[in-house]
Amino acid sequence: MSEKDNSSVRVFLFGKRYDVPAGLTIMAAMEYSGYRLVRGCGCRNGFCGACATIYRVHGDRELRACLACQKTVEDGMYVATLPFFPLVKEIYDMEQVRPADQVMMSLYPEIYKCVGCNACTKACSQELRVMQYIAYAQRGEYERCAEESFDCVMCGICSARCPAGISHPQVAMLARRLTGKYIRPRSQHLKDRVDALLRGAFDAEMDAMMNLPLEEIKTLYNGREIEK
Amino acid sequence: MYTPEMFDSIKKVEATRPARLSAEVGRLGAAEKDQLLAKYHPDYRKDAFSTIEVGPNKGERAPHELVAILQARSRVSGVSINADANPDVDVDVLIIGGGGSGAAAAIEAKKNGADVLIVTKLRMGDANTMMAEGGIQAADKANDSPVIHYLDAYGGGHFKAQPDLLRKLVMDAPLAIQWLEGLGVLFDKDKDGTMITTHGGGTSRKRMHAAADYSGMEIMRTLRDEAYNMGVPVMDFTAAIELLLDENGAAGGAVLQNMETGERLTARAKTVIIATGGAGRMHYQGFPTSNHYGATADGLVLGYRAGAKLLYQYTLQYHPTGVAYPPQVYGALVTEKVRSLGAQLVNVDGVAYLNPLETRDVSAAGVIRECAIGKGVPIPGGTSGIWLDSPMIDELLGKGAIEKRIPSMLRMLGKYGIDIREVPILIYPTLHYQNGGLRINVTCESPDVSNLFVAGEAVGGIHGENRLMGNSLLDIIVFGRTAGKNASEKAKGLPIPTGLNLKHVDRFMKEAEAAGVKSQTVSPMLLPDYTRHAAGS
Ligand SMILES: Cc1cc2nc3c(=O)[nH]c(=O)nc-3n(C[C@H](O)[C@H](O)[C@H](O)COP(=O)(O)OP(=O)(O)OC[C@H]3O[C@@H](n4cnc5c(N)ncnc54)[C@H](O)[C@@H]3O)c2cc1C
Ligand code: FES
Repeated sequence: MSEKDNSSVRVFLFGKRYDVPAGLTIMAAMEYSGYRLVRGCGCRNGFCGACATIYRVHGDRELRACLACQKTVEDGMYVATLPFFPLVKEIYDMEQVRPADQVMMSLYPEIYKCVGCNACTKACSQELRVMQYIAYAQRGEYERCAEESFDCVMCGICSARCPAGISHPQVAMLARRLTGKYIRPRSQHLKDRVDALLRGAFDAEMDAMMNLPLEEIKTLYNGREIEK
Repeated sequence: MYTPEMFDSIKKVEATRPARLSAEVGRLGAAEKDQLLAKYHPDYRKDAFSTIEVGPNKGERAPHELVAILQARSRVSGVSINADANPDVDVDVLIIGGGGSGAAAAIEAKKNGADVLIVTKLRMGDANTMMAEGGIQAADKANDSPVIHYLDAYGGGHFKAQPDLLRKLVMDAPLAIQWLEGLGVLFDKDKDGTMITTHGGGTSRKRMHAAADYSGMEIMRTLRDEAYNMGVPVMDFTAAIELLLDENGAAGGAVLQNMETGERLTARAKTVIIATGGAGRMHYQGFPTSNHYGATADGLVLGYRAGAKLLYQYTLQYHPTGVAYPPQVYGALVTEKVRSLGAQLVNVDGVAYLNPLETRDVSAAGVIRECAIGKGVPIPGGTSGIWLDSPMIDELLGKGAIEKRIPSMLRMLGKYGIDIREVPILIYPTLHYQNGGLRINVTCESPDVSNLFVAGEAVGGIHGENRLMGNSLLDIIVFGRTAGKNASEKAKGLPIPTGLNLKHVDRFMKEAEAAGVKSQTVSPMLLPDYTRHAAGS
């Protein structure tokens, strides 16, 4: 029996062997093999984090992690999906919390138990410096934590690998909201415009536009000036 | 990685790039646009549509695939439901769909004191909202006004938007952005808080607000976090498969199905909000799609069978720039922001043949035409695509612009050895957005079925026959919040509904039978089937 031809690869889905065409993503390989997905599949394009997956390629000692919708199958790949991981999400009132030092200590104290193993960073499906953003959170540097973690899809692989039990994506979520709400300056032109709208400053002009005959609106549209 | 043939064409693209950097491609006149659309836009392909034979839109046209699911058999035909005595779920406001519009509705309904529940088919946030890249429109700069925003959107939608809905959309836009800012959404801003805004296709002012190219993800995860903080209960992996009406024909709940175990539940509610999003996974006309796994037009089916009328169900948005190559990401979206930042559409010979910021329908028709007349870049397997000249961005805005402004694009294609700072992106239109949907009034309630509210992409009429980029993230906030407020407010004055039933479904099925419709399909579809054995069957 021939092992395989060149255009196909052997993948071991939950340990069972399937031969699939080369070039498929892990997600497509599962579907090709007959799995009809319900869990572990959301956006199908690297945004939602539903398809966290761990794998090891035969002969390689390293356990790797990825998003199944983003990773192309390799020959001899052993695959296990991780469609759910129990993260801790603390409840807080954004009107009450402030970007002060104690907020992380009271909500996510386990971040101070980080042992510096860097397993989170190595596992990140988005190649983020996860341990680094946790360090920023520890030091109360929320804006840097927010920037460093911005591309996080909250797949939870980091937390699955963490010996300290940190829920990194939730820590980052809080840091981003604190940054957006309290640290970055609010937009003044936005506030001015909202105030004007609430005063009804545009009502008359809008009424006038809406009452124009369609032909006149079309003329306005086709001749409108476009900002460079 | 690209094929040698593609690299040959890239040489031509590189050769014309210096000249193209400074020269703008002229815009088409109104008549030229109409001609292009009529000849090449998929909405104009007569053989792709059929006539609806049953229900409120009888006699109108819709894509074959949509007609098929509207007229398919119900998942609960002939089942008797007793939801009066012991419903499994009993709430004031039932929200169907845990995307952006559902989350926004839930936050407002909860704030208004209602007992709410979100049921959603996958996980909370596994939704089109999470995938939006480019941004969200609002006229909040000095050189702009809601009136100009109105004109852009009205014209972009072929003057078919419902004027009162569009007015609300643009007038509430700055408030929507301010609400998001207050929740902590990280908009791209200058040091002093000024919003960094760009153009989108069809805008006459730079009013596209963004959070890098993860705009939807940043909004969705923030809304989800806020909903959890407020204690909004979410029942995930649970689909609504049919609405329940009360003895007066008003909405009063839904039949639910556990996506994993198949268990059926009944939900009773004083008001119901359909927030089920779009239809990309229907693959109209065989197009690939940019949408999430659960975008199967379920809400349209549910509402339609209950008597709610559809508006503009015959228009879909094909995004001009879906990935054409490599196959692993076929159909995935390349955000319009790539064009907002300056990248042009360039054919196999290196010619920029269309202004990159025409409206989406015009741009998509332009790509299809170029390929149809043999000016496309050949792709193994017999198809072709057009270049989106991304390296122009760093040339125009300085090195690092791509990395900072469109990181998810850089990452998505980088995984396949394509560095978009160095080489252009090969694109072809992808099925992107459902322009049509259920009809509503300004309060988000269906004029056809009382106590039924609709928000988000499941609505038809806000944008007319074509939606501008950035107006959909906007509409899910504006109308999601409106639906939540009004559905919870109305629920306060309503008694617990009684006589919940599925008679409307039985009636619909009889009408279908009388019209000679014989369907083997059941709907709503819930999820597409991409297994190989399904494809082969
Ligand atoms: C790739 C991409 C990029 C985009 N970029 C932009 C952009 O830059 N700017 C912009 O303005 N717009 C953009 N859009 C459009 C915009 O994101 C969507 O139209 C909008 O977010 C839809 O929100 P929604 O809440 O109506 O639907 P969704 O966010 O899709 O949420 C609907 C939810 O309902 C669930 N559901 C469906 N059926 C059922 C059922 N029967 N029972 C229970 N739950 C159900 C779905 O699974 C989903 O979770 C983009 C869309 C895509 C796909
Ligand atoms: S399915 Fe959403 S990230 Fe893979």
